[in-house]
Amino acid sequence: MTKRTVQFKIYRYDPDKDEKPYMQDISVELEPSDKKLLDALVRLRAKDDSMSFRRSCREGVCGSDAMNINGRNGLACLTDVDTLEQPITLRPLPGLPVIRDLIVDMTQFFKQYHSIKPYLVNNDPAPERERLQTPEEREELNGLYECILCACCSTACPSFWWNPDKFVGPAGLLAAYRFLADTRDQDTNARLDNLEDPYRLFRCHTIMNCVDVCPKGLNPTRAIGKIKDMMVARAI
Amino acid sequence: MNVAKRTFDAVIVGAGGAGLRAALQLSEAGLKTAVLTKVFPTRSHTVAAQGGVAASLGNSTEDNWHWHMYDTVKGSDWLGDQDAIEFMCKKANEVVIELEHYGMPFDRTDNGKIYQRPFGGHSMNYGQAPVMRSCAAADRTGHAMLHALYQRNVRANTQFFVEWMALDLIRDADGDVLGVTAMELETGEVSIFHAKATIFATGGAGRIYHSSTNAFINTGDGVGMAARAGIPLEDMEFWQFHPTGVAGAGVLITEGVRGEGGILRNAGGERFMERYAPNLKDLASRDVVSRAMTTEINEGRGCGPDKDHVLLDITHLAPDTIMKRLPGIREIAIQFAGVDPIKAPIPVVPTCHYQMGGIPTNYKGQVVVPKDDNSNSPVAGFYAAGECACASVHGANRLGTNSLLDLLVFGKSAGETVVEDFQSGQLKLKPLPADAADVSLARLARLDGQTSGESVFDVGLEMRRTMQKHAGVFRFDALLKEGVQKIGEVAERAKRTEIKDKSKVWNVARMEALELDNLIEVARATMVSAEARKESRGAHVRDDAPDTPENPNGRDDANWLKHTLWYSEGDRLDYKAVNLKPLSDDVEPIALATRTY
Repeated sequence: MTKRTVQFKIYRYDPDKDEKPYMQDISVELEPSDKKLLDALVRLRAKDDSMSFRRSCREGVCGSDAMNINGRNGLACLTDVDTLEQPITLRPLPGLPVIRDLIVDMTQFFKQYHSIKPYLVNNDPAPERERLQTPEEREELNGLYECILCACCSTACPSFWWNPDKFVGPAGLLAAYRFLADTRDQDTNARLDNLEDPYRLFRCHTIMNCVDVCPKGLNPTRAIGKIKDMMVARAI
Repeated sequence: MNVAKRTFDAVIVGAGGAGLRAALQLSEAGLKTAVLTKVFPTRSHTVAAQGGVAASLGNSTEDNWHWHMYDTVKGSDWLGDQDAIEFMCKKANEVVIELEHYGMPFDRTDNGKIYQRPFGGHSMNYGQAPVMRSCAAADRTGHAMLHALYQRNVRANTQFFVEWMALDLIRDADGDVLGVTAMELETGEVSIFHAKATIFATGGAGRIYHSSTNAFINTGDGVGMAARAGIPLEDMEFWQFHPTGVAGAGVLITEGVRGEGGILRNAGGERFMERYAPNLKDLASRDVVSRAMTTEINEGRGCGPDKDHVLLDITHLAPDTIMKRLPGIREIAIQFAGVDPIKAPIPVVPTCHYQMGGIPTNYKGQVVVPKDDNSNSPVAGFYAAGECACASVHGANRLGTNSLLDLLVFGKSAGETVVEDFQSGQLKLKPLPADAADVSLARLARLDGQTSGESVFDVGLEMRRTMQKHAGVFRFDALLKEGVQKIGEVAERAKRTEIKDKSKVWNVARMEALELDNLIEVARATMVSAEARKESRGAHVRDDAPDTPENPNGRDDANWLKHTLWYSEGDRLDYKAVNLKPLSDDVEPIALATRTY
């Protein structure tokens, strides 16, 4: 790749000085080594140090740099900048309060994650060695434990937009099923009780935006379906 | 500026593996604890670790902690302290089993135990053959570990201060540590966290180099804070260059790839590690492999149009194995190298990865400094663990999978020490000095008031380029001497940077300027310590300290078997003895020997 100039349209808002948010048109010349959207944003920051966004690992495992990219949620570090239609329109993740520019307040998102008791519960005395699990049992956790809590899914979900305080959302429900599916966990009934509610689980209308946007290729809708199956199996 | 004061039994800075493990110890013992973290805990850099955590569980091949200890001492090129190494290797099984009990989704063997794979420098029977010691969750071990530790802390009701950046260490006239100042990123407000105990678990500073596997946040905040407060930094000349960073991008490709059978090849397709390490070959220690790769490239046998990298080949592995054991690596190769490793080899180069040195500690996690006749005198109220600390278990070169183990063992150990000191009544809440926040407020006022000057981006770039050129895989006397001068100049420039953004709200520019202050301390420590050490040992290899019969591999035990201590004030150097004596009578000291793989 050579040097090239890229056009952006970026949501800007600094509550310290702006009365209201606005969209800023800005362009930046990229170096040949700049491949990802995050590289371009770092280049932009060298030009305008007030451009604010979160970032850390730059390889898609920490979940910091989720944003709305040309209308679709994704991670800046895993998005090829040259494949994006210009001007590249960047907005903060939808549905969460904006703190500044592309930085959103994720309190509600984490509150829902915490609400499903995201930790293993096993009340037996701890054995001296590892608790055994067959490779097949362990495989049940694949596609669940890899979640990076970036919030791309929950903030792409209309049910979460409407009821962020009541609907757990795809990320939280994926985590809930991660523990339900773990043969070492003993809290199945309490976990299902915790979700047996018109909103917490059942607001999922299988729109599947979550599956569409997950940068790790995970499938929260399938996990939600499996929780519903467990609810049914328990009732009969 | 109004500075709020908050009082705790203990404050932990950093919520990666070491901070979270320490926090568990404190929360479960009922101490009122604050965990300050610049990023949400699961975004800490532990998340990026891939290949595994070492423990001699012996699930697939025979193993014991004696062999692990021998490998670690040898890997450290005898610069590691043998008491701390014995402690770590002995505790490994316990902390890994605990993690499994916390819910860590380890891969499994057919009989249901934790899956283990071979890793560089780890051997059975004192160097004879590779051993399966690395406990793994696919190639996402750090991610699985960090989330499991965070989840356990949710259960323990640990109190986190998320997106709070610690600014400076608070010490009183006796030199005792009383806590830290910290800034809430969302509001820009500064608070004093006043505590009986302060634990630093702030990670490394790999961002001093231009080409680094490290995250943006790895800016050595704790190390910089300690150095500014007069604490010496130990063995900072020793930086690990990981053999396999994706060429150009720097993103890490785990050594587990070679553990699963991957092979490094030069432009001729030759498996060149056979020439450098006939026994362990591609699974030799990281410093050895990185130097071999650099030699191949320097001698014209590199790959690609610019002959500037070598190839990591796994095309001979079954696609099933790659999909099951290395799925994350396949994603990374496709994303950042543009190749599917099932079909084509991955272009790789040695890339800055890990800081072996750091804040000097003992195996209990206490920070120790020279005082009177004792070169390891504990600083009251101050503890450190993980990459920011130097226990020293890694010495001159760390073995892969020993970093995640370090986090668990010394995070827990620091936590246990604090709990013991707290319960015995030894820890006191000493009165805060009147000027406790003055240094931090002055730094912030300087940034607010500065209306002209260079950008943080430009000065940071100059620092990274200087480090890359002057203190790389191979080191040269003239380049190091020039490097000391240049990094001193960059340090002066860093004092006059200007940020245009003056907002109080989530000001990334301010955060990066404050981070640069920390990076600069680390960069100076590295360059000055490296220039002074006139031998080759582990990751520090000098052109003018070659392999001779008197000094095999250029290692000069008669003069340089000692730890460096660098003081920020005046770039002063001091040295202290390496502890060659194990902690207990369970094991004989590992005698000095020439290192070959």
